[in-house]
Amino acid sequence: MTKQTSDNAAADSEAAKAYWRANIRLLLGLLVVWFAVSFGAGILFADVLNDFTFIGFPLGFWFAQQGSIYVFVILIFVYTRKMKAIERRYGVDERDEGDDTGDVT
Amino acid sequence: MSTQLLTYLTVGFSFVLYIGIAVWSRAGSTKDFYVAGGGVHPIANGMATAADWMSAASFISMAGIIAFAGYDGSVYLMGWTGGYVLLALLLAPYLRKFGQYTVPDFIGERYYSGTARVVAVVCLIAISFTYIAGQMRGVGVVFSHFLNIPITMGVLVGMAVVFFYAVLGGMKGITYTQVAQYCVLIFAYMTPAIFISMLITGNPVPQAGLGSEVLDGSGLTVLEKLDATLLDLGFTAYTLPSKSMIDIFAITLALMVGTAGLPHVIVRFFTVPKVSDARVSAGYALVFIALLYTTAPAVGAFARINFIETVNGSTYAQSEDQGGTPQFFKTFEDIGLIGWVDKNSDGIVQYGPGAPFDGRAEYTGERGQSGERLLTNNPTANHNEVNVDRDIMVLANPEIAKLPGWVIALVAAGGIAAALSTAAGLLLVISSSISHDLLKKTFMPDITDKMELLAARGAAVLAIAVAGYLGINPPGFVAQVVALAFGLAASSLFPAILMGIFMKHMNREGAIAGMVSGLLFTVSYIAYFKSDWFGAVNTAEHWMLGISPEGIGSIGMVINFVVAMTVARFTKATPASVQALVDDIRIPAGAGSAQKH
Repeated sequence: MTKQTSDNAAADSEAAKAYWRANIRLLLGLLVVWFAVSFGAGILFADVLNDFTFIGFPLGFWFAQQGSIYVFVILIFVYTRKMKAIERRYGVDERDEGDDTGDVT
Repeated sequence: MSTQLLTYLTVGFSFVLYIGIAVWSRAGSTKDFYVAGGGVHPIANGMATAADWMSAASFISMAGIIAFAGYDGSVYLMGWTGGYVLLALLLAPYLRKFGQYTVPDFIGERYYSGTARVVAVVCLIAISFTYIAGQMRGVGVVFSHFLNIPITMGVLVGMAVVFFYAVLGGMKGITYTQVAQYCVLIFAYMTPAIFISMLITGNPVPQAGLGSEVLDGSGLTVLEKLDATLLDLGFTAYTLPSKSMIDIFAITLALMVGTAGLPHVIVRFFTVPKVSDARVSAGYALVFIALLYTTAPAVGAFARINFIETVNGSTYAQSEDQGGTPQFFKTFEDIGLIGWVDKNSDGIVQYGPGAPFDGRAEYTGERGQSGERLLTNNPTANHNEVNVDRDIMVLANPEIAKLPGWVIALVAAGGIAAALSTAAGLLLVISSSISHDLLKKTFMPDITDKMELLAARGAAVLAIAVAGYLGINPPGFVAQVVALAFGLAASSLFPAILMGIFMKHMNREGAIAGMVSGLLFTVSYIAYFKSDWFGAVNTAEHWMLGISPEGIGSIGMVINFVVAMTVARFTKATPASVQALVDDIRIPAGAGSAQKH
C-alpha cells in the first residue's frame, strides 16, 4: 500500500479537511469558466454572440474554434499556481520532501 | 532533388532519430518500462503527451473535417482540448499521488476488487485497440501517398519501427522519442500553414489570418468570403451550425470526458516526479496541443477557399498552366480520393452541396471525354459533380498552394510522426495492462520483476502484431467506431476514477455496476446505429433525444453516475482502509515516485 507517512494524523486531519474544501471551491470556480466559454459561449449562446464581431470573427464562432482553447490553457495554469498557494497555506505541499523518497516495496 | 527523393530522405532521417533515441534511453526495469522511471521533466512530459495525443486523425483528418463541416467541426476542437482541463483539475494530480503504474491499478485498489480491475482492463483494451487500428492505417496511407509503396508495405515498415522503440525502450524510450516526434510534427504542420496564411491574407500567423481580410481586394475577411461563396453555391454558411444544438452539445461533452478518460493519456501523468508536476505537465501538454488545434481551423478554411477557387468552374481538359483544373485534382483522382462525374457533359467541373453519386466511388478503369476517370456509380439529381475525400486537405495543401518540395517531404514525416507516436503510446498501455494487471496482479502474483518485464515486452510484440493486422485488413467499421473509443472512456473509466477520488463513500458494488451499465448502454447504442446487424436508420429522427452515436457517451456517463450512486446507497459501506487511501490521495505531500508494492 501507499506509504504510511501521515504523521501527526489528528492535528493534520483538520488542516487536510480545510485544504480539501479550499481545493473544491477553486475547482468549482474554474469549472464554471470552463463550461461558460465552451458550452456557453461556443454552443448555447453562439447564435447571439455571432451578432458581434471580434478581430474579424463572429464572436460565437471565435469562442468555438479559438477562444475556448486559449481559456482552457489559462485555466490550467491558474489552477496550478493557486493550488501551490493553497498547499502552502495548509502545510500539505511537497516542498520539504527532498528529491525522491525512493521505492518502497 | 526530386520531391520523392527528398521525402525518402526526410522520413528516413526521422526514423534514424527515433531509433537512436530509443537505444539511448533503453528500459532496464519494470518501472522504466511502465512509467519511464517516474522522473520525466514536466515540459518534456507535456510534449510527449501532446505527441501521444495528436494522432493521424488530428494531423491529417481534423483540418479537412473542419474545412467541410465549418462550425460543426468545433466539436473536435473544444472536445479534444477541453478534456485536458478535466484531466488537470480532476484526475491527474490524484492519480499521480496514488502512484502506481496503470489505470486498472487505481480502479482495482480503490474499489478493493479484482473484478473491478478486470472490468477496467477490458475497457482499456477495447478503447486502445479501436484507436490503434486507425493509427496503423494512417501510417499506411501516408506511406502510400508520399512514397508510392503499397499500404501493406507501409504498415509493415511502421510496425517495425514502433516495435523497435516500444519493445526495447518501454515508456522511457517512448517518452523521449515522442518529444522528438512532437517537434517534427508541429514543425511540419505549422510551416505550410504559415505559408498559406501569408498567401491568402498576408498575415503570417494562421490563427489571426483566419480573421483577416483576403488579399483579393474584396475587403471581405476570410470567414465572410467563405460564408458568401458557400451560400452562393447552395451550401449552408461556414460559420453557422447544421447539426442540432443538443447533438453538438452532447458530442462535445462526450469527447471532452472521453479524452480525460483515455488510459494512454492518463498514464502519462504517472511519469512525472511530483503531484504538482502532474498538474503543470497537463498545462504544458495543452499548450503544445493548442498550437496545432488553433491552427487547424485556419488551415481548414484556407483549404476550402483554395479548393473552391481553383476547382469550381475549371475546364478539366485544360492543364493548370492554361487556367484549367489544377494538377492536384488529377493526382488525387488517380489514387481514388477524388471523383468527378461530368453530369452535364460541358467539360467544366461544377462543385456544390450533396453527394455527386450514390455509394462509394467505383472506377470503371476507363477515361471519359475530358480525360477524367469514369465511375460506375449512379449520378444523383443535384448539380454537384465532385466527390472529395476530406483527408486529402492537409496532405494536398502544400500542392494546392504550390509550396516547394521540402515542405511536402516535411508533411509526410509529420504525418508519420503523428501516427507512430500515438500507436506507440497505445501499445504501451495495452502491454502494461496485460503484463501488470492481468499477469502480475490477477493470475500470477509470484512472478519476478524480470519476468514481468519480459512479459510486458512479449505483450507489446503481440499487440503490435494485432494492430498491424488490423491496419492491413481494417474491419469495415473501424472508421465508424472511433466514436466508440471516446464513448467507452466517457461512460466507463472517467466516472469510476472521478468518483473514486471525490466520493469517499463510493463502494465496490456501485463502481462495478456503474461501469458495466454505462459501458453496455453506450456500446449497444453505437452498435445499434453504426453496424448493419439491426437494420437501424442512422438519422436524427431515430436517435434518442436527437443525440447521435458520436455523442451518446455523455448519456452513458450520466447513466454510470446514477446507477453507481443508487447501488452504493443500498450496499455495504467502503472499508476504513480504503477511506484512508482516499484521504491520502487527496493530499499532495508524500507522493514519492511511482512505486511498486
